[in-house]
Amino acid sequence: MDALDLARWQFAITTVYHFLFVPITIGLSVVVAGFHTQYLRKRNPEMLRLSKFFGKLFTINFALGLVTGIVQEFQFGMNWSAYSKFVGDIFGAPLAFEALLAFFMESTFLGLWIFGWGRLPEKIHVACIWMVHIGTVLSAYFILAANSFMQHPVGYKYNAATGRAEMTNFVAVLTNKVQLVTFPHVLLASYMCGGAMVMGVGVWLLHKKKATIDRDMYRKAARVGAVVTIVAGLGVAISGDTQGKVMTEVQPMKMAAAEALYTTRDSCAEFSLFTVGSLNGQKEKFAVTVPCLLSFLATGSFNGEVKGVDQLKKELPAQIDAAAQQRGEPLKYVQPADAVFTPNIPLAYWSFRLMIGIGMFAALIGVAVLWLTRKGRFATPRWLVWACIAAPLLPVFGNSFGWIFTETGRQPWLVYGVLTTSSGVSPTVSAATVLTSMVVFTVLYAVLAVVEVKLFLDYTKRGAEPFHEVEQRSDDDTLAFSY
Amino acid sequence: MTLETFWFIVIGVLWTGYLVLEGFDFGVGMLLAVIGRGEDAAETNTRRRLMLTTIGPFWDGNEVWLLTAGGATFAAFPAWYATMFSGFYLALLLVLVSLILRNMGLEYRYKRDSEAWRRGWDLIIMVCSFLPPLLVGVALTNLVHGVPINAAGNFTGNLFTLLNPMSLLGGLTLVAVSLTHGAFYLALKTDGPVREKAASFGDVSGPVAAVLAVVLLVWVNIHTGDAASWIASAIGAIALVVAILANRVRRDGIAFLGTFLAIAGTVATYFLAVFPNVMPSTTDAAYSLTVHNAASSHLTLQIMTGAALVFTPIMLIYTAWTYWVFRKRLTMHVIAPQTDPLAPIDVPAHPAGADEATV
Repeated sequence: MDALDLARWQFAITTVYHFLFVPITIGLSVVVAGFHTQYLRKRNPEMLRLSKFFGKLFTINFALGLVTGIVQEFQFGMNWSAYSKFVGDIFGAPLAFEALLAFFMESTFLGLWIFGWGRLPEKIHVACIWMVHIGTVLSAYFILAANSFMQHPVGYKYNAATGRAEMTNFVAVLTNKVQLVTFPHVLLASYMCGGAMVMGVGVWLLHKKKATIDRDMYRKAARVGAVVTIVAGLGVAISGDTQGKVMTEVQPMKMAAAEALYTTRDSCAEFSLFTVGSLNGQKEKFAVTVPCLLSFLATGSFNGEVKGVDQLKKELPAQIDAAAQQRGEPLKYVQPADAVFTPNIPLAYWSFRLMIGIGMFAALIGVAVLWLTRKGRFATPRWLVWACIAAPLLPVFGNSFGWIFTETGRQPWLVYGVLTTSSGVSPTVSAATVLTSMVVFTVLYAVLAVVEVKLFLDYTKRGAEPFHEVEQRSDDDTLAFSY
Repeated sequence: MTLETFWFIVIGVLWTGYLVLEGFDFGVGMLLAVIGRGEDAAETNTRRRLMLTTIGPFWDGNEVWLLTAGGATFAAFPAWYATMFSGFYLALLLVLVSLILRNMGLEYRYKRDSEAWRRGWDLIIMVCSFLPPLLVGVALTNLVHGVPINAAGNFTGNLFTLLNPMSLLGGLTLVAVSLTHGAFYLALKTDGPVREKAASFGDVSGPVAAVLAVVLLVWVNIHTGDAASWIASAIGAIALVVAILANRVRRDGIAFLGTFLAIAGTVATYFLAVFPNVMPSTTDAAYSLTVHNAASSHLTLQIMTGAALVFTPIMLIYTAWTYWVFRKRLTMHVIAPQTDPLAPIDVPAHPAGADEATV
């Protein structure tokens, strides 16, 4: 493998790993904040216990999300320096905004929340965990704005003198139409992760702690988690549907790849649930399909035209060239005529289905939990316990597949239609160097995953701490929290 | 002043912020090995818990200064960011690994009551508090020293190019200053034996840091300095001497402020000495990256300036508030006895007949 392949692998590994923790951070912070607020309003001890309990799980997870995020920021300069130079003018700004507006808020207020029990006035203390949540949301907004620029570059012009893309309209970058559909989709998917985590942990503890008085509390947690999962899940479906239409408009090749559709269908294109075959357009052996659904997903009409890979392959190069010329760009960023304009189609096809499928499955588990715990019931049949052990992982992996689809579906472009991935890699970093860091991070991440999962499970098993009223302490009392 | 110069200053301020803030928590981390030692395992643990609690609410926010310095460089000087991060690749890799492990150590150390678990994370915290200041010191000094950069603006050296004597001295100095800064911080934030030990450690490490810093600053100024950078160095050096003297008479606040200013003076020296370059090329001065040829477009700089002017004060206010909330000195007594966070909880049995509807 050359430096380019290795840099791509490293980006994939570090990003997917980072994004296992991010949606849980966003989703759990809002549930923890919700429980804590509820305690303040109703003085129900259970709410405080749940807030502290899930707060602990949150901090275990937050730590890993944060540190793997530093790698993300530095990686652009380390492995993708040509890209960083080319688009730094546009791409750097949301990143700097993210640090200044979001990261400081998250870290500082999380510190205040963890160490502030009994030290801060109650209302300010609960506001701190909300600030943490707002920080995570802002962070998501800015980083997605940066990513949306890569999917659909807007608000810039090419400067021939400096040889790079320069910003012309920052508002356009922040309100990119891809961004406007991606942000709600990702945010809701993150809420789904938080909800499914709370639901899964709740059901599991309900099952484990058969003989304790805490069952009411865990039942409540499971139901709250289920509601969040279902509601967010519906939102994910709706926003995802809108996103599909925008994607078809700005990146038609991605939609064609998502369905492995080679031949253009002028109306009523069917959507395949799964396919047994090579997905290369020739040897489809068996597929289960829903008629006209693809047309609807792509265009909003059951009779809409969906362009296939073959036709797009012919059309896209000329379109991209024409667009580049209009912007006054030299064609050095566009590959020659024999270039491959298609992403890895089986990968796009399967990641698209897995994203949708396992996300829907998580929402269905939520429905089952609500049904089985209705009207004061506590039923946790064995299959549901198993499903709820899987529940936290489903939306998390759904997110991963979503990102794999989004990012690989954009290939061979780093910035769609403007900069190819191969032109963005660091020119003077050797393959050996990239390999070294890839191995180091992969091993380190694997070890940390083991440690974090073990801790997470141990803390989950232990369950919520007994209720202690939060007393305001004087400065000379024993600290409510110390290392 | 042009926007480019303004952003050069902003990045200097961000590095200052990073090194003065994370500087003391690196110092505390390293000092676990020295000050965090009691008569027995239990006392060692309490001391370390006390030391870590002094930085507990802050270290995470301190680290964000690094992320912001990186992000601001990316946005304001993309070419600088690209060349520096791809050029200093392996050094940065080590910094990242250290920061990851250190953060995990700080977060996970107390999450399990086991001597072996704690000992492992303590070792990681100590080593990974030592490596970043060493490597960051080496990297920043290289920015002043100059590195091989070709006509295309790419770094052409390797890891060993970065290990020149001046930069190694820069790394060692930052370690020594961070140790002293951390010791003064501990003296300021604690009472009792930890405070005693921290202050007397500062009595020894302070002069060592001062000698290293003076040699480094003189060398940097002779290398590329001007009047302004000499003045900044002088301020930094005087601040360090005042800090050492203040620590001798146990005026903790002044001592800490002194190392704070000493670090600020050093960063200012670096930035003034190298200006208008941001990464001088040793291959050919014409290939050097400067605030002009490495900067973003005027529009980006304007937007960033607006954001910085609005949001930096807000950020500074709540950061300052955190330091205010947790301003009190800590003693061993306020640290609760070690308990097992994973001990099983005694919960009364469920009263019979209150539920049950099973499938």
